[in-house]
Amino acid sequence: MKAQIRKNLCLVVLVLSSLLLHAQDNLMSLLEESEEPDTEYTIATFKSTRLMSGQSVEIPAAGVLQYVINHRFARITGGFYNIFGLDNATMRMGFDYGISKRLAVGVGRSSFEKTYDGYLKYKLLRQSKGAGNMPITVTGFAGMAIKTIAWPEPDRPNYFSSRLYYTFQLLIARKFNSDLSLQLMPTLVHRNLVATRADANDVFALGMGGRYKLTGSLSVNVEYYYLIPGQIVSPVYGEKVRNSLTLGVDIETGGHVFQLMLSNSRGMSEKVFITETTGSWLSTNIHFGFNINRVFTIIDKHNKK
Amino acid sequence: MMKKVFFCTAVMLLLLNHVVAQKYIARNGYIGFFSATPMENIEAHNYQASSVLDVESGEMVYSVLIKGFEFEKALMQEHFNEKYLESDKYPKSTFKGKILNIDELDLSKDGIYDVEVEGDLTIKDVTKHIKVMGTLQRKGDRIIAKTKFPVRVADYNIHIPAMVKDNIAEVVDVEVKVEYKPYKK
Repeated sequence: MKAQIRKNLCLVVLVLSSLLLHAQDNLMSLLEESEEPDTEYTIATFKSTRLMSGQSVEIPAAGVLQYVINHRFARITGGFYNIFGLDNATMRMGFDYGISKRLAVGVGRSSFEKTYDGYLKYKLLRQSKGAGNMPITVTGFAGMAIKTIAWPEPDRPNYFSSRLYYTFQLLIARKFNSDLSLQLMPTLVHRNLVATRADANDVFALGMGGRYKLTGSLSVNVEYYYLIPGQIVSPVYGEKVRNSLTLGVDIETGGHVFQLMLSNSRGMSEKVFITETTGSWLSTNIHFGFNINRVFTIIDKHNKK
Repeated sequence: MMKKVFFCTAVMLLLLNHVVAQKYIARNGYIGFFSATPMENIEAHNYQASSVLDVESGEMVYSVLIKGFEFEKALMQEHFNEKYLESDKYPKSTFKGKILNIDELDLSKDGIYDVEVEGDLTIKDVTKHIKVMGTLQRKGDRIIAKTKFPVRVADYNIHIPAMVKDNIAEVVDVEVKVEYKPYKK
């Protein structure tokens, strides 16, 4: 009987002591139990609003102005005489502005064929987990480019509408983890004027790409646009049109993102790099290029309560 | 024998009940931090901290979502989450501690009481034992806890790149203000 009591007492002491020992852990689990699940939105699927040549799902934050400078140099096959293309640059200067959490507008001007461009980007879906679960981010892109370079044959009738190009894209991305993000870009480029009847005015392409973060401030990026075959038959500047492939790195500092890349495309607007890429990676007819983004916070978020 | 088991169970149930009755819970608590350098001042505010306080034992726990910190500049917020705190990998910061002088306090009376709290602060994958001074204020059925303490950024495996070293303080001041209500199941 005595042994039985001692046994029971031991049990009680054991249970009590374990209760006391884990008091803080119990409080913690109590806290976790009573927490209501929140919708947690994924941030920074990509560092930049551009994957490399083309757009990413990202837009500048609301109230943030982004100044963008893009450069694409001539082909590296020019050798040392042309310092691997650096002698001959085309550049684009542009501004992007975040109107709201979901909507952004951009304008730019490229020295390549004296092209002006403007676009709207709208975040249709945002990747999230928790209370609201959404596996992907989807951004719609609608852009327009105006080629203003003088007509090669000014004597024949030339129409302003022939200078216009339109691009529509769905940018679909998923950030798989903090390092890996992948993106798909079904794209339609509409060209008002094409070289021959056999060339399509509406060109369909499927873009794919992604980034892998090596460190917090450095990532490697890939971007490829696959043209559905048979749409573009005429050569561009005497060369066959190819699919665009861009490889590069993102380097992030405090307020800048530098994107350095090699690409067989020379253009910085969709109609150029999707429908007029002629360089060949196999014959190293590729270009060095970079994008620099600098952000300016125009409207501060004042969340102080 | 059966009696004893019954007795033990009853005691334990009573005890558990007693423990629950002494608990206070806070949601939408405030945690902020301030970094001051000659280059710039940076501050971030989080209104989603939650905490449980056991006024009997003095035990207290805090939990806060890193993504809930709001900065003035969106890019700072992104870098804070992506590069410095790695909030995808370490979504929460927690504190588990104890009010050392809980026995000297009479929290049944309205008033402000100085407290000394000791416990483990976890940020990212690093847990450090810290001791901070603060106050508890009894106001009707509420209890308001306040404290300010310094945190050395490098202690918690947070690496600030050389390029922005001048803009981010080595030691940031953390401010906490939470309001507890009695916990009901």
